[in-house]
Amino acid sequence: MSKTPAALFDKVWDSHVVRHIEDGPDVLFIDRHFIHEVTSPVAFLGLESRGLKVMFPEKTFATADHNTPTINQHLPVQDPLSANQLKALESNSAKYGISHWGLGNPKNGIVHVVGPENGITLPGMTIVCGDSHTSTHGAFGAIAFGIGTSEVEMVLSSQCIMQPRPKKMRIKVNGKLGKGIVPKDVVLYIISKLTAAGATGYFVEFAGDVFENMTMEGRMTVCNMSIEMGARGGMIAPDETTFNYIKGREKAPKGEAWDKALAYWKTLKTEEGAFFDKEYEFSAADIEPMITYGTNPGMGIGITQHIPSAKQIGSSKASFDKSLAYMDFHEDDNMIGKKIDYVFIGSCTNGRIEDFRAFASVIKGRKKADHVTAWIVPGSHIVEQQIKDEGILDILLAAGFQLRQPGCSACLAMNDDKIPAGKYAVSTSNRNFEGRQGPGARTLLASPLVAAAAAVTGFVTDPRELI
Amino acid sequence: MPIENVDTDQIIPARFLKATERKGFGDNLFRDWRYENDGTPKKDFVLNNPIYTGKILVGGKNFGSGSSREHAAWAIYDYGFRCVVSSFFADIFKNNSLNIGILPVQVSEAFLDKIFKAIEANPKTELEVNLPEQKITIVGDGASESFEINGYKKHNMTNGYDDIDYLQSLSSDIKTHAEKSIY
Repeated sequence: MSKTPAALFDKVWDSHVVRHIEDGPDVLFIDRHFIHEVTSPVAFLGLESRGLKVMFPEKTFATADHNTPTINQHLPVQDPLSANQLKALESNSAKYGISHWGLGNPKNGIVHVVGPENGITLPGMTIVCGDSHTSTHGAFGAIAFGIGTSEVEMVLSSQCIMQPRPKKMRIKVNGKLGKGIVPKDVVLYIISKLTAAGATGYFVEFAGDVFENMTMEGRMTVCNMSIEMGARGGMIAPDETTFNYIKGREKAPKGEAWDKALAYWKTLKTEEGAFFDKEYEFSAADIEPMITYGTNPGMGIGITQHIPSAKQIGSSKASFDKSLAYMDFHEDDNMIGKKIDYVFIGSCTNGRIEDFRAFASVIKGRKKADHVTAWIVPGSHIVEQQIKDEGILDILLAAGFQLRQPGCSACLAMNDDKIPAGKYAVSTSNRNFEGRQGPGARTLLASPLVAAAAAVTGFVTDPRELI
Repeated sequence: MPIENVDTDQIIPARFLKATERKGFGDNLFRDWRYENDGTPKKDFVLNNPIYTGKILVGGKNFGSGSSREHAAWAIYDYGFRCVVSSFFADIFKNNSLNIGILPVQVSEAFLDKIFKAIEANPKTELEVNLPEQKITIVGDGASESFEINGYKKHNMTNGYDDIDYLQSLSSDIKTHAEKSIY
C-alpha cells in the first residue's frame, strides 16, 4: 500500500503533535515563541498566581515594539502606561531568563522583522506569538500563527498549545507580474477575491511561479497578510531562496548542524497528489497595483478601478454602507485622484529593506507633496542601518522626508503616531479597520510603490506612471 | 448587533490595551461605537439602549476578526456577556473566548437572521443557550438550532477545567518531545 501524499502543512504539523485528544484539539509542541509588551504581562501574572515556571526559556524571545515611540527613543518613554508595559516585559524576561531586545537594543524592532533577520525563524518550525501577524514566519515553511494571552501562558509553562487541526487550502498564482506589481499587490488581490473571512478555519499554502520567484521579504509580506483573509496562517515551501537568506544569520545553525538541518528542510515540500480541502488559482497577469477603499482588507480593488457595490462583492448592504460612510466614499467613485493627507510606510507587512528600496525608487529626484505628512518607519534597527548604508536615507532627505525609529507605529497607533480623525492615509500596513490608525482615521492599504506615488503627488496615483 | 466583520479593534481599540493586569476592559468595550470622543454615550448604539439586556451578545458574520488580542474577549466578559452568537467566528477569537469562559455559539445564517428579526420585532426577545444539549432556542418563538463544540472543550467549560492544568499533566511527554527536536 502506498503512503498518502502529504502536504507541507501535514509534515510540519504531524511532527509536532505531542498528543491527539479524541474529539478535541491536538497538543502541539512549539519550537519558537515570541513575546512583546502588550500581550504578555497578564500571561506572566497567570504563571505567578499558579506558581509555575517557564519550561524552556531559551525557546522564547522578547522584543518591545507595539507601543514604543518612533522618535527620541533614547529618552524615557513619556506615556506612563506604555512605560509600565515595557518595564514589565523587561523584568519578566529577566526573572525567567528570556532573551530580551528592549528599546535601545541594537537588535530591537518589530517582532516579525527581527525574528527572521536574526535567524531565529527557520523552516519546519512551529512558531507562535501573541500577535495575529505571526503568520509572517510562514514564509520560511514554518507553521506560524497568532495566539491569545491564555495561550501565551500555556506556551511559557508547557511549550505547547492546544489547537484543533485546521483545514488546508492551497492558493496558486502563476505567470509573471507586470511592472510595478509587488508582493503587497498580490496578497491584497487574493484577499479581495476571497474576502476578509474567505480562509477562516484554513491553513493556506501559497504555491506557483509568483511565490517561487519572490524574495524572502516578499514572501513575508504575503504570509503576513494571510490572517487578513481569516486564515490560521500561510506558508510557502522552503527553497534555495530561503536557505540563502538564512545561511550565516546570527542564530541560524552552523557547520554540521546546518548540513543536518538543510537535509531535513529540503524534504519540506507538498507531495504530488496531496489533499487540500480547498484550492484557488489566479493568474499574475490579472493583478494590478491594489488599493483598499473600505474598512476591512477584503475591500480592495485595482487602482484604476471604481468602487464596487455591496452586491458585487457579496457583502450585506448595511455593513457595506456603514463602511463607505466611514470612509466618506461612494459606490462607483474613482480611486485615482483622491486626495491624501498622510503616508505611512513601515509595519511587519512592509517594513523591510526591500520596501524602502521600492519607496525610494519612486521618490528619487522628486519632492514630497506639501500637504502630505509622511511617517517612514523601519521595521528594525538592522533595517534602519541598511537604509543608511544603501544611501536610501540621502534620497529620503533630499525629497523632503524624515526617517523615524523602528516600531509598530501607525499600523495600530498605540503610540503617538496617530492619523487624525477624518484624514486619509495611504498605508503599507495590514488593516484598514475603523479607527485602526487613530480614532476616525481613514486608511487606504497599498504597496510601498503606491504609498510613494501618493507621497510625492498628494493624491492616489498609479505608480506605473512614475517608474 | 447585525453588523458583519466586527473586528477586535472595534471590540476594544488598541489604545486601551496598555494595562498590565486583566481588569476594567469592559468599560471600553466597543469604545468608539459606544461613545463620542468626549465620552458622551452615542444614543443609537445598541449597548446604550436600556431595552436590550442579558448575557448573550448576537453579532453578524465573521465576528472577532483581526488582531489576536485576548483583551477583546476579556472586554466582552468583563462587561457581563458569557455567550456570543454569530453565523461565523474568526479562529483566534473563538479560541480566546473558549479559553476564558465565553461560549461562542455558531448558528446558520438563516437562524441568525431569524434571531435578528425576532429581536427587531420584539427587543425583549429572550434567547436560551443550553451547553449540555448544545442547543440554542428563541424563547417564545420556540425555534431552535443545535450548535457544535468539541467534546474536550465542552467538558472543560462544564466543569471549569483549563488547558494549562491539562498541559502540566503532560510534562514528561513534552520533555521527551523536546529532546528529539532538532531546534
